[in-house]
Amino acid sequence: MSGDRLRLALPVLSLVVLLGAVFYLQPRAMSYFGLNLLFNLAIPVALATISQMMIIMVNDIDLSIGTFVSFCACVTATFVHDTPVIGYMILAAAILAYALLGALIQLRGLPAIVVTLGMSFVWGGLAVLILPSPGGASPEWLKTLMSLKTPLVPIAVVAPLVIALAVHFLIKRSWVGVILQGVGGNDRAMERAGWSLVRLRASAYGLAGLFGVLAGMSLVGLTTAADANIALRYTLLSIAGVILGGGEFVGGRISPFGAVIGALTLTLAASFLSFLRLSPDWQIGAQGAILILVLAVRLVFIRKGAVA
Amino acid sequence: MTLKAIMLGAAAGITVFATTNVVADTSDKRIALSNNYAGNSWRQAMLESWQKVGEAAVADGKVASADAFTTSENQATEQAAQIQNMILQGYDAIVINAASPTAINGAVKAACDAGITVVSFDGIVQEPCAWRIAVDFQQMGREQVKYLAERYPEGGNLLEIRGLAGVFVDDEISAGIHDEVKNSNFEIVGSVHGDWAQDVAQKAVAGILPSLPEIVGVVTQGGDGYGAAQAIGATDRAMPTIVMGNRQDELQWWSDEKAANGYETTSLSIAPGVSTLAFWVAQQVLDGNEVPKDLTVPFLAISQDELEDALKTTPKGSVANVEYSLEDAKAVIASSK
Repeated sequence: MSGDRLRLALPVLSLVVLLGAVFYLQPRAMSYFGLNLLFNLAIPVALATISQMMIIMVNDIDLSIGTFVSFCACVTATFVHDTPVIGYMILAAAILAYALLGALIQLRGLPAIVVTLGMSFVWGGLAVLILPSPGGASPEWLKTLMSLKTPLVPIAVVAPLVIALAVHFLIKRSWVGVILQGVGGNDRAMERAGWSLVRLRASAYGLAGLFGVLAGMSLVGLTTAADANIALRYTLLSIAGVILGGGEFVGGRISPFGAVIGALTLTLAASFLSFLRLSPDWQIGAQGAILILVLAVRLVFIRKGAVA
Repeated sequence: MTLKAIMLGAAAGITVFATTNVVADTSDKRIALSNNYAGNSWRQAMLESWQKVGEAAVADGKVASADAFTTSENQATEQAAQIQNMILQGYDAIVINAASPTAINGAVKAACDAGITVVSFDGIVQEPCAWRIAVDFQQMGREQVKYLAERYPEGGNLLEIRGLAGVFVDDEISAGIHDEVKNSNFEIVGSVHGDWAQDVAQKAVAGILPSLPEIVGVVTQGGDGYGAAQAIGATDRAMPTIVMGNRQDELQWWSDEKAANGYETTSLSIAPGVSTLAFWVAQQVLDGNEVPKDLTVPFLAISQDELEDALKTTPKGSVANVEYSLEDAKAVIASSK
């Protein structure tokens, strides 16, 4: 347990340092209104990061999450808005498709990185088919939900907390979560213990699909309309978020709180660089430098922990 | 953070954003440019024009600042975050060249709700609270055919060079061309995709030429006239009138031909300086003037006599440009009322 705490300490620290820097540069951000503007676009990123975390939990990687979220956003802005029943059925089918992919990857021993890369073109194509030109509209309830004026603390802060808590209880405190993490830890052992790896991997992928759908829906709630290319960046952001939040590519070592904090940190890092008035040519590089810095510090921490 | 601090922060935020609604005198107003992409010569020229006119306006005391921001990646979610940052930075107006007409609507609405004037141009946004300075691409196609009709009242055969297949701009320009051809004596005998690139256009034209009858004119979409000229020049055909698209290499070729044999044509495109038009429109809105929400970008046309001057001011590898003045903006606004 203390290992998990230490794992989480660093992402929290990076977020606090960045937040302090942003408040120093832009005191106006230190308000209900400011925090909301700073963090509301982090909600879909956090959900996408959780989705990616489910895949990384079983030692795979998902290169299609960006286009999948775009696809879900397009479905939400068209079918869910116009004919809700069909819309939700499509989204449910998409989650099912994710679960089936997980089963297929396990059954045939396929590399997930290749399968999801292929699927990214499928989702991207479907998104363009559904919404050939940017448009659509957000369902009214979704728009209201995403612009909810929660008391005292803005929704942009409340939502990530709720997401992190819910996933924490699902993954860290329920038997399902423990078993799923076991798949990442040692799948042979799980199989010998009598679990069906096909079912387990399918469930992990299904969960990833569910959070991908939620990411797409929340994104449309924020933007009020969709675009077939709306979330392409989420693929890399989500992987970086999981790792930044203390997760590791192998061994089922993941942290829901860490992943959400990682997503918030990445979003904040972009704002920080923009407030610094750094030239855009340098911004991507600087974002990468922040990432490397945090990971380097983590490595030092872990080494020290090992020595002690 | 304590409850009191949060409430104080909220109150501070509200007062900051409530004071932006005062009209007239824009000397203390701050305008920001939100740009989604800077990776080609057109966008580079656009940013240069913004900087030039913005700095002059600040020096003249017309506005307090005119800062330009470009997202590090050409993504709508990045730009939405960028716009939300601008709201926090307390700008009075945000001028946008948008990555998507819809995907940043939420951020644009948030800006409008904070009392900020939002003007979009070139890549316009659909959110109704924003101003839109749009390009009439169909008109761009029509103008070309109209010019050719003046030159060849008796008509003849035309070759059409289109842009990138499946892109909205390509469909629009082509629709304008075909629409206007119906009102003329011309006939379009061939159509190829040049992808707005000289090398692609050259290959495409060279490929279709052997199958074509004599052509009197070539209608284009910009960035493809020079390639067409190279392809046709390599055959023994008489050089048709190729409508150019303001690119430096096109103007240079035209100028050389003009010196050699009095070649005549025209050239038109959208000047990257349209960012400065958007700047002045934003200033006019801040000034309290009534401005229609939908404005149209004027074309920058270069005629036979203006060629030398235009070529002189156009850097190699770039596109002919013009910066708009406050008076130009007023004229555009007046013509849309």
